[in-house]
Amino acid sequence: MNITLKIWRQRNRETEGRFETYEMKDVSPDMSFLEMLDVLNINLIKKGQDPVAFDHDCREGICGSCGMMINGRAHGPGRGAATCELRMRKFQDGDVVTVEPWRAAAFPVIKDLVVDRSAFDRIMQAGGYVSAKTGGVPDGNAILIPKPIADEAMDAASCIGCGACVAACPNSSAMLFVAAKVSQFALLPQGQPERKTRALRMVEQMDKEGFGNCSNNYACEAECPKKISVMHIARLNREFIKAKVF
Amino acid sequence: MKLDAKIPDGPIEQKWSNHRFHLKLVNPANKRKYTIIVVGTGLAGASASASLAELGYNVLAFSYHESPRRAHSIAAQGGINAPKNYSNDGDSIRRLFYDTVKGGDYRSREANVYRLAEVSGSIIDQCVAQGVPFARDYAGYLDNRSFGGAQVARTFYARGQTGQQLLLGAYSALCRQMDMGKVRFFPRREMIDLVVVDGQARGIVARNMVNGILESYTADAVVLATGGYGNVFFLSTNAKASNATAVWRAHKKGALFANPCFTQIHPTCIPQSGQYQSKLTLMSESLRNDGRIWVPKKKGDTRRPEDIPENERDYYLERLYPSFGNLVPRDVASRRAKEMCDQGYGVGPTKLAVYLDFSDAIKRLGRQVIEERYGNLFDMYHEITAEDPYKTPMRIYPAVHYTMGGLWVDYNLMSTIPGLYVIGEANFSDHGANRLGASALMQGLADGYFILPYTIGDYLASHSFKPVKTDHAEFKKAEQETEKSIKKLMAIDGKKTVDEFHRELGAIMWDHVGMARNRRGLKKALEMIPALREEFWKNVRVTGSDLDLNVELEKAGRVADFLELGELLARDALHREESCGGHFREEHQTPEGEAKRNDAKFSYVAAWEYQGPKRTATLNKEPLKFEVVKPSQRSYK
Ligand SMILES: Cc1cc2nc3c(=O)[nH]c(=O)nc-3n(C[C@H](O)[C@H](O)[C@H](O)COP(=O)(O)OP(=O)(O)OC[C@H]3O[C@@H](n4cnc5c(N)ncnc54)[C@H](O)[C@@H]3O)c2cc1C
Ligand code: SF4
Ligand code: FES
Repeated sequence: MNITLKIWRQRNRETEGRFETYEMKDVSPDMSFLEMLDVLNINLIKKGQDPVAFDHDCREGICGSCGMMINGRAHGPGRGAATCELRMRKFQDGDVVTVEPWRAAAFPVIKDLVVDRSAFDRIMQAGGYVSAKTGGVPDGNAILIPKPIADEAMDAASCIGCGACVAACPNSSAMLFVAAKVSQFALLPQGQPERKTRALRMVEQMDKEGFGNCSNNYACEAECPKKISVMHIARLNREFIKAKVF
Repeated sequence: MKLDAKIPDGPIEQKWSNHRFHLKLVNPANKRKYTIIVVGTGLAGASASASLAELGYNVLAFSYHESPRRAHSIAAQGGINAPKNYSNDGDSIRRLFYDTVKGGDYRSREANVYRLAEVSGSIIDQCVAQGVPFARDYAGYLDNRSFGGAQVARTFYARGQTGQQLLLGAYSALCRQMDMGKVRFFPRREMIDLVVVDGQARGIVARNMVNGILESYTADAVVLATGGYGNVFFLSTNAKASNATAVWRAHKKGALFANPCFTQIHPTCIPQSGQYQSKLTLMSESLRNDGRIWVPKKKGDTRRPEDIPENERDYYLERLYPSFGNLVPRDVASRRAKEMCDQGYGVGPTKLAVYLDFSDAIKRLGRQVIEERYGNLFDMYHEITAEDPYKTPMRIYPAVHYTMGGLWVDYNLMSTIPGLYVIGEANFSDHGANRLGASALMQGLADGYFILPYTIGDYLASHSFKPVKTDHAEFKKAEQETEKSIKKLMAIDGKKTVDEFHRELGAIMWDHVGMARNRRGLKKALEMIPALREEFWKNVRVTGSDLDLNVELEKAGRVADFLELGELLARDALHREESCGGHFREEHQTPEGEAKRNDAKFSYVAAWEYQGPKRTATLNKEPLKFEVVKPSQRSYK
């Protein structure tokens, strides 16, 4: 099939960007979306042009590197999959596909489709951990965690830190990302001692980074490749209020 | 060069504790006077950085990723081993040690493997304490599954995302130290060279990948935790960016490279589907717990798998290996799959695949249990192939997955360059000629949490360090050479893309240095690789600017190194006139087609020494002594 791509090109943080149009011929439906971009890049290099920069690594939906707005949707059409898992069979011959980087003040563009998500790392540094030093911890089975609790914590912990929730949100809020971490530890016995400070500090850092507020739009859950539930946002709100009040 | 592995004396059970007692300590107040560079923040590097910082050292951590959480370790699916014996099935440190030495086909160091088995239990405890949500049962206890090469259930897991959860655990410990200012993390920095001053590793040169600027950093010791080199084959299960540049440049600065030909081909990957394919996707080994591998008994059978009756299927692993069945080690399972396909029993459009069938397990346990155990893997398979593995068997084929070889290290994990330590997949240490499933995560974390933090202290305490600054001649020289080679790559302006060269190299490696190797093919590879390398330096095209984010330039540097490493790999494979583990030489097999070792001649670690661009590397041998596990022909029958 043939596809028309409109891709955001921007040399670096300082320069302005614009859309460029590229025609892709004979795209196989079994190809992944990123493999199609690989082919585009080979063509561009052959013509002596600068290939399109995009972040990617594992190409199996787990590292969280990839991520682009495809026809206005974070990670493209379909649910519960990252950009690298998207196959061209989701598109049709003659489609015009617009590809943009995540758009959020807290994620400045580095080049083309590559953005700087280090704000997420800084939020994690603000208490997104259990203070367990190496050594001197009890036996794994000394801490009992019933399966339903472990499962729910695992649901939250499966966040890949891709930033799609932010990109999908009209307010560029990072609530789902923060909630996933706070919720994982709030559920587990290991997370209890630092429960309050964690919620307070992570939210504070989130605000400092320039992410917006949550207005219960739920676009985040809809576009999250790991289907992280907005239930965790409700838990984060409770955690935060409890921490503030008590 | 005389290789001293520094294996401590005494009975195997006491070596590590005796050694730890004799290691010199750095006084707590003095630790903050030392700076350690850690390159790589995957499982090995993140756990080491956090643990070293907790001890009080200043850590500078580097990664070409934007965040430690992106490291390739994140993709590990199946699990991590530890002989906790929670399953009460007779597991013990000794059994894990034995399984690992045997699984590695008697080409690993006994003392290292024993230590690995010994500390592995603490890893699970550590991860639990960090809040890693391992699978649990309803009473709250940790759950286990079995993996290949073992007859006990000792594998801990977090759905099919164990690597992710372990890495996020190590990353959180690292974040805590960053929060406290003890670790400085440098994202999007690629280490391009190691700097050795007066015979000691004293720093690195890294390229800032956002603006192309070369930056030098000094330290009292350098740790490489940069992962494996499986991408020398182009198509592999490794993440796209995984590469050998850090270890290769260190090799060129004097670190010996051990057993490069020990590469692992994983039996259960999704088969290749087209020419444009950019990587291969693993389907975790844990699937072999419940999936049964088979091919049709009739050659070239084109019926749908559901239509092939039970008595017309050949469950060849169960037939050939009744006691281990589908859970034979990876090298055996891979080779048998290839053999079946070579003989014409392969399935699917390319005929390069065998079935992995879950219908019995679904009948026995119900769909929900299977979904809980492997849900995300099934989804992944579905996404990629558009087939539903709950209804039809998966098609799988072996793919390059892991590299047992790596920089040579002694018992302290130090390379042949004083002050240069190598941990995780980047070193060669514990897996011999074949790694057992769920043992890489174990090794990376053992190195990072529980071994390196002790051994590096001994080095720091027993050496003196002259102050070195980045304007030192060695740093300047390294920067200039790096600059020169970048400019050279940019200036060639040839006709072929970096990926085209990489694919060609990969094809040579897979065809001649892959799952089955022979003298003729290896010799051919040794002619083809240097020729391709020469062409690369004349005809590669890298567009864009070297002072911007330039992915092509990054890839070009890495492929240039693969083009050298590939040759060493083939040379090592040619010299090792025996079959062992993942290294299968067609000339050396038993009548049943199993790997035939030659202990009299090859019971050693082959450690290669770089001799300059125009000369072939020289071989150094570290003899292997087996005092506890007596080498025998591996049998999984
Ligand atoms: C798909 C898959 C599934 C797997 N499943 C399992 C499993 O279930 N159980 C198991 O035990 N093992 C498994 N493995 C193997 C295991 O995941 C790896 O061996 C292990 O995670 C390697 O960890 P590491 O820390 O050594 O390296 P990596 O995680 O590869 O980290 C390398 C780090 O080094 C950095 N780096 C590299 N070079 C440079 C440079 N030049 N400059 C700066 N930074 C650099 C990278 O940015 C990264 O941070 C699996 C592997 C694959 C491919
Ligand atoms: S919550 Fe979902 S969308 Fe947001 S970063 Fe995590 S995985 Fe990505
Ligand atoms: S490339 Fe890793 S999640 Fe997409």
